[in-house]
Amino acid sequence: MQTHTFKPDLPPPRMSVGAVGWLKANLFSNWFNSLLTLFALYLIWLVVPPLLQWAIIDANWVGSTRADCTQEGACWVFIQQRFGQFMYGFYPSELRWRVDATLWLAIVGAAPLFVPQMPRKAFYGLGFLVIYPVIAWCLLHGGVFGLSVVSTSQWGGLMLTLVIASVGITGALPLGILLALGRRSNLPAIKVICVTFIEFWRGVPLITVLFMSSVMLPLFLPEGMHFDKLMRALIGVILFQSAYIAEVVRGGLQAIPKGQYEAAAAMGLGYWRMMGLVILPQALKLVIPGIVNVFIALFKDTSLVIIIGLFDLLNSIKQATTDPAWLGMATEGYAFAALVFWIFCFGMSRYSLHLERKLDTGHKR
Amino acid sequence: MKMVKSTLAVLTTAAVLGVSGFAQAGATLDAVQKKGFVQCGISDGLPGFSYADEKGNYLGLDVDVCRAVAAAVFGDATKVKYSPLTAKERFTALQSGEVDILSRNTTWTSSRDAALGLNFTGTNYYDGQGFLVNKKLGVSSAKELDGATVCIQAGTTTELNLSDYFRANGMKYTPITYDTSDESAKSVEAGRCDVLTSDQSQLYAQRIKLANPDDYVVLPEVISKEPLGPVVRQGDEEWFDIVRWTLFAMVNAEELGVTSANVEATAKDTKNPDVARLLGTEGEFGKDLKLPKDWAVQIVKQVGNYGETFDRNVGAGSELKIERGLNALWNKGGLQYAPPVR
Repeated sequence: MQTHTFKPDLPPPRMSVGAVGWLKANLFSNWFNSLLTLFALYLIWLVVPPLLQWAIIDANWVGSTRADCTQEGACWVFIQQRFGQFMYGFYPSELRWRVDATLWLAIVGAAPLFVPQMPRKAFYGLGFLVIYPVIAWCLLHGGVFGLSVVSTSQWGGLMLTLVIASVGITGALPLGILLALGRRSNLPAIKVICVTFIEFWRGVPLITVLFMSSVMLPLFLPEGMHFDKLMRALIGVILFQSAYIAEVVRGGLQAIPKGQYEAAAAMGLGYWRMMGLVILPQALKLVIPGIVNVFIALFKDTSLVIIIGLFDLLNSIKQATTDPAWLGMATEGYAFAALVFWIFCFGMSRYSLHLERKLDTGHKR
Repeated sequence: MKMVKSTLAVLTTAAVLGVSGFAQAGATLDAVQKKGFVQCGISDGLPGFSYADEKGNYLGLDVDVCRAVAAAVFGDATKVKYSPLTAKERFTALQSGEVDILSRNTTWTSSRDAALGLNFTGTNYYDGQGFLVNKKLGVSSAKELDGATVCIQAGTTTELNLSDYFRANGMKYTPITYDTSDESAKSVEAGRCDVLTSDQSQLYAQRIKLANPDDYVVLPEVISKEPLGPVVRQGDEEWFDIVRWTLFAMVNAEELGVTSANVEATAKDTKNPDVARLLGTEGEFGKDLKLPKDWAVQIVKQVGNYGETFDRNVGAGSELKIERGLNALWNKGGLQYAPPVR
């Protein structure tokens, strides 16, 4: 009997595997792409070496004054000397542990939420959301338990950026969901109110909102009554962003097939249970990218508080460059701000990808 | 009905705006003494005038006005709280009572003085638009700038002043406008323009940003009047007088040779009646202002006389190295003149 032996497989053509194959497939697949690749390489060559030269090779890392820096490279000494101020603003240095403690509490407190096996997560999460802001306020502002008061005008730097961003996010999300539900409500009064609210806040730029809150509002308040400037900005940010969240969530609600609503109703679920148990979990999952998008935009928009004289990260840096001892350090300062903002925004977008993958339980279309 | 409603709204607005613009006489001092500190509106960052050091302490010529008022009222220059304000919100903050003094490089103009319900208490810095040029150009006067390319740091009146000046002198120029001071400094350095124009106090700050500051010079011509001074609410004459005489006390102290180093000794054994009246060893001039007897001593001791604060913040003793010029005392060719204490 004749046995058939297969010839051993030939190795794939050398041009289609390994680094060469990857290059051919991705960068040089035809003449146009090759041209683009070469052009991009040229651009990189044009930009990256001088940047590295400035930011790393010629840069000055040690010293304590501007005189320690040479003119050629970046002067990171400036960032180093002012680092505390960029992080905490004018928060008194001996009390900065309170800011650190607030941050650690947030990390430790929120950690269980990221453990998949954690029972009663929803209750814990809600409790955390209610209790934590109170503790954070007590720690940051003081005035209770013998902690000395640090008024909000002394808050600043990255800390203020994070406060505005996190308060804005946690305030805007629930409000936005309620607004989205209200806009799709069958009750005319609620619907009209929600539509008006959303369209009004979407119709004005954030800068106008902040500006009105700091320039117009004080004129209407009775003499001697002052609303905290940060509080005014926070309320403005929350109302503004909730309108955007509402529209994103409404998109999710509309994507849920009508059958889901009918099925939930047929099971005898009331409105809130239907929404809470059936519709919203599906809808919110669908709109994660949209919501995170709003959050990233919000995080970056926090730097607009510069126009009302609040010292967030960017404004702290801007102010530090007006110190005569450090004049001319604007480039270093803004580069640092860009890096910090990028780290946070990139982190958020990665986390949203992770969330999407984790919550992906079908419905792939 | 709608018409009536909107009219009503306008009226209410006007009433609120009007009422909050005028403070009651004496109310500010009482309120300040009650809360224990002076709330002072300053700039959100201007080299030499108000800025913060590494430790977060506010420094500068405008900040020193706040400190001097606190020294006069409380005998303690540290009893100040600062509100950094942007250019747009500064007047609202003062009108609404959020701050007691606005010391924020604010130019004294007729419309601001008359229409906004504010009072300018004096001038702590005479500024004006000037020119910065590279020494290589060999120009020693702005009159020689015919045909120059001028970098302008965009401001409210900078461009207008410039065009007026060149037209009045029959000269031509090419303008390039920049939004921020950093951009315009860079472009002067790169040689994109021959001249940089802005307020003189800013030009000195710009010069430091350049790679070789010594290659550049600020021309002597000043083409606009920008008297900068502290502002208070209209209607509280008592508080107005306190802030105004705080400024005068600093100028008088310099004129009479009283410095932070010698003020205490001088107060004890001065033979000069002018000095004795200023420092409260003779007469009751502090009482007229509802201030302690040694109000001027405290100002000079804790903050310094006008010359000292000028030197420390913007003058020879600072990085900016601005010359006294218009801000020299009247008997040294400048404009700083204070009425006598008598």
